[in-house]
Amino acid sequence: MKSNGVNRTLQAARTQELIYELKVQQAMTTKVITVEPENTMEDLRQILKLHQLSGTPVMNEGDLVGIVSVEDLIRSLLEGNGSEPVKQRMSANFVTLYADEPLVHAVQKFERHGFGRFPVIDRKTKELVGILTKGDIIRCMLQRLEIDFHEQEIRRYKPSDWFAELESDRTTLGLRYLIQGRNFQRAGEASSKLKQNLRTLGIAPEAVRRITIASYEAEMNLVIFTGGGELSAFVEPGKVTITVVDHGPGIPDIERAMQPGYSTAPDWVRELGFGAGMGLPNIKNCSNELKLDSKVGEGTNLQFTVFT
Amino acid sequence: MTLREIIETLQAKVVLDNHDERMVVERARASDLMSDVLTRVNPGALLLTGLTTPQSIYTAEMADVTVVCYVRGKRPQEETLRLAEERGLVLLSTDLPMYESCGRLYKKGLKGGTET
Ligand SMILES: Nc1ncnc2c1ncn2[C@@H]1O[C@H](COP(=O)(O)OP(=O)(O)OP(=O)(O)O)[C@@H](O)[C@H]1O
Ligand SMILES: [Mg+2]
Repeated sequence: MKSNGVNRTLQAARTQELIYELKVQQAMTTKVITVEPENTMEDLRQILKLHQLSGTPVMNEGDLVGIVSVEDLIRSLLEGNGSEPVKQRMSANFVTLYADEPLVHAVQKFERHGFGRFPVIDRKTKELVGILTKGDIIRCMLQRLEIDFHEQEIRRYKPSDWFAELESDRTTLGLRYLIQGRNFQRAGEASSKLKQNLRTLGIAPEAVRRITIASYEAEMNLVIFTGGGELSAFVEPGKVTITVVDHGPGIPDIERAMQPGYSTAPDWVRELGFGAGMGLPNIKNCSNELKLDSKVGEGTNLQFTVFT
Repeated sequence: MTLREIIETLQAKVVLDNHDERMVVERARASDLMSDVLTRVNPGALLLTGLTTPQSIYTAEMADVTVVCYVRGKRPQEETLRLAEERGLVLLSTDLPMYESCGRLYKKGLKGGTET
């Protein structure tokens, strides 16, 4: 039997490897926002808020002189000292990382010092080149591992999103499938394809399930009772409407046909797994709206809608 | 109930093994008529049936059923097997008749399906 356990072990091993292979510079943020020692804590508050940061290096004429965090800011504000300069509150004995160090060093330093972020400097020039947080490390590792990352991307760019973004008063996607009558080898194929497509569109699994159980019942009725026809799906934001049309014998008494257990299917159909008289009732149960029109000798038109 | 316990309880042969045998199956549905199956079937359930045509797989697919067990010693048709493989389903086959298969599983606590 296949197991995910092996996969997980492999991933763990790969994580170990990566943390030694990757360098700090591959994970760090290079666009560093800095403050000056003479900036006030109030200036700092605005800068942190504007750039959504939890801390920043303090630079004096190109030299890294300290690091100041949101914790420092809170302490200062609590004491009502918004106007005091950053240099009063920054930590001057900070720890730096070299850009070419392996990430494993960074992880060790995070553990040892309990800091939230490290300024990254160039080993030769000693200039500030970036800043590294735990979040940066995780993001970088995930990208490399491609764990869930692919999934996240798919979720982020699932077709339903661009579908929703298409600007129109009413956006409808139409999918059309031809159904062959009497062909049991392929009976179910249309609903199977529909199911895959609805999934790709990002429609909720529970809704997809109801839509395709109903479409499958309709598809089977076409295969069994008619020479075939057409199944189309109209996908709109919030609902999917299925229309199934055939030019078969028609249904003489619709009310009766809708009754659970009513079936005109002959024995050979029952041997093939159908004829319980539950198809139409199932369609009704699975859908939010249902319309069934039929004329004897002309054909049947079934339409149902499922809210998604 | 785990897939492993189901296999043991039914003394079933594994025709297609696409899942870890520790996978838990909570509900089952049994019928030779597919629309009957679809009235009360839960996602992830076990389907017991004597029908070995492609529709046994399409039915499972629409209902998000993951395990199909053929009763009365039946084996799936070639096209059926292909479809199941494509969809990553687990296929089992037991020599027991339907009544006894259900009875054994029910006795061990496997519940029936609820309304779709
Ligand atoms: N497209 C159709 N054209 C002609 N008759 C139809 C059509 N769909 C359904 N019927 C009639 O309605 C009856 C009830 O249909 P329904 O799908 O509920 O049950 P069934 O197909 O007989 O059995 P099951 O769906 O349980 O396998 C059928 O037996 C058939 O007489
Ligand atoms: Mg039917």
